[in-house]
Amino acid sequence: MTADMEQTDWAALVMRVRDHQDRAAFAALFRHFAPRVKAFLMKSGASEALAEECAQDVMATLWQKAIQFDPERASVATWVFAIARNRRIDALRKSRRPEPEDLTWGPTAEPDQAEVFEAQQDTERLGAALSQLPQKQRALIERAYYGDLSHSEIAAETGLPLGTIKSRIRLALERLRHQMDVKAPVK
Amino acid sequence: MTIKHHLTEDLLMAYSAGNLPQAISLVIAAHLSMCDECRARAMAFDALGGAVIEDDVAQMSDGSLEACLARIETLPQANARAPRRADGILPAPVFECIGGSLSSVKWRPIGLGARQAILRSSDGEATARLLSIPGGAAMPDHGHSGLELTLVLQGAFHDGEKVFGPGDIEVADASIEHTPVAEAGKVCICLAATQGPLKFNTMMPRLMQPIFRI
Repeated sequence: MTADMEQTDWAALVMRVRDHQDRAAFAALFRHFAPRVKAFLMKSGASEALAEECAQDVMATLWQKAIQFDPERASVATWVFAIARNRRIDALRKSRRPEPEDLTWGPTAEPDQAEVFEAQQDTERLGAALSQLPQKQRALIERAYYGDLSHSEIAAETGLPLGTIKSRIRLALERLRHQMDVKAPVK
Repeated sequence: MTIKHHLTEDLLMAYSAGNLPQAISLVIAAHLSMCDECRARAMAFDALGGAVIEDDVAQMSDGSLEACLARIETLPQANARAPRRADGILPAPVFECIGGSLSSVKWRPIGLGARQAILRSSDGEATARLLSIPGGAAMPDHGHSGLELTLVLQGAFHDGEKVFGPGDIEVADASIEHTPVAEAGKVCICLAATQGPLKFNTMMPRLMQPIFRI
């Protein structure tokens, strides 16, 4: 991961957009994430012009839906990915991805900083593991997220030994599982 | 609710990547609504997506930040929206797809007391339907040639030795000969999605590409 990412508290910037419509905070988020969303969309098959337009849409959605972001659950990168993915489904399939119903717990006004840090760590650990994978395996995971692999192709490939990436996914899973247990009332 | 039968990793990853037919995604979203374990797994796959998006950059056009801020001026600020919740036995995404509660479902008889209702889908790549099977009856032959997901919303069915209760999902493909039979007692209501031949699936991204490249 870039040094830039380790040093910047992206979640705090989103909170400033949420609470104060802070344009400087938004500009910092835009400079980091917009070029990443654009690259993601171009690799997903969008033209440069469409990717530019959709990247601006995604960033506008970040501003507009800042109140719905829960930094204890996901890093800003993960949230931006989800918005970009949904924008892509909208553009590619002209449809909306059915979403699970809402959890009984959601964003709080004052997120717990330790939890926010952990969510951010998940993304950084996964990014580090991704960059250490052999090129072929890394390309495979990236292609899956660019929407370039069908479910059956993913099924054929997930048997691959993806090394540390699997243990990092497991770490993220354990954090989320714990959060579910602690925050969700017993059904 | 103790859920014993869960989603497979490949389906969770494809759902996170946003690369599944809408009908298949509907059944997955419904299962995630009922199953905290699979929901946490899906969120972990989203975190991997977050790492993937951090990986590469493309130059934005000149003035794109200003253009984006100007666009934001025209948008209403979203509110904390009302949480989406289940309606009776229907998880929110199913309720939304039907556009009403279970009593508004237009069932059609499919023989031996069983009924089904085909749900609308925005793409033709897979079909979702609700099934209502009387206790003790077998599900009518449905000859799927590809992936099939069956999620129990009420009652239970067994397929061979395995029993599926509320929240459980059965993942089957063309290679699996199976005959689900509703357990005696309560009517078994399931949400199922069936996909066409798998080779069609791998063709799809390529076929769709010209549309996306407008």
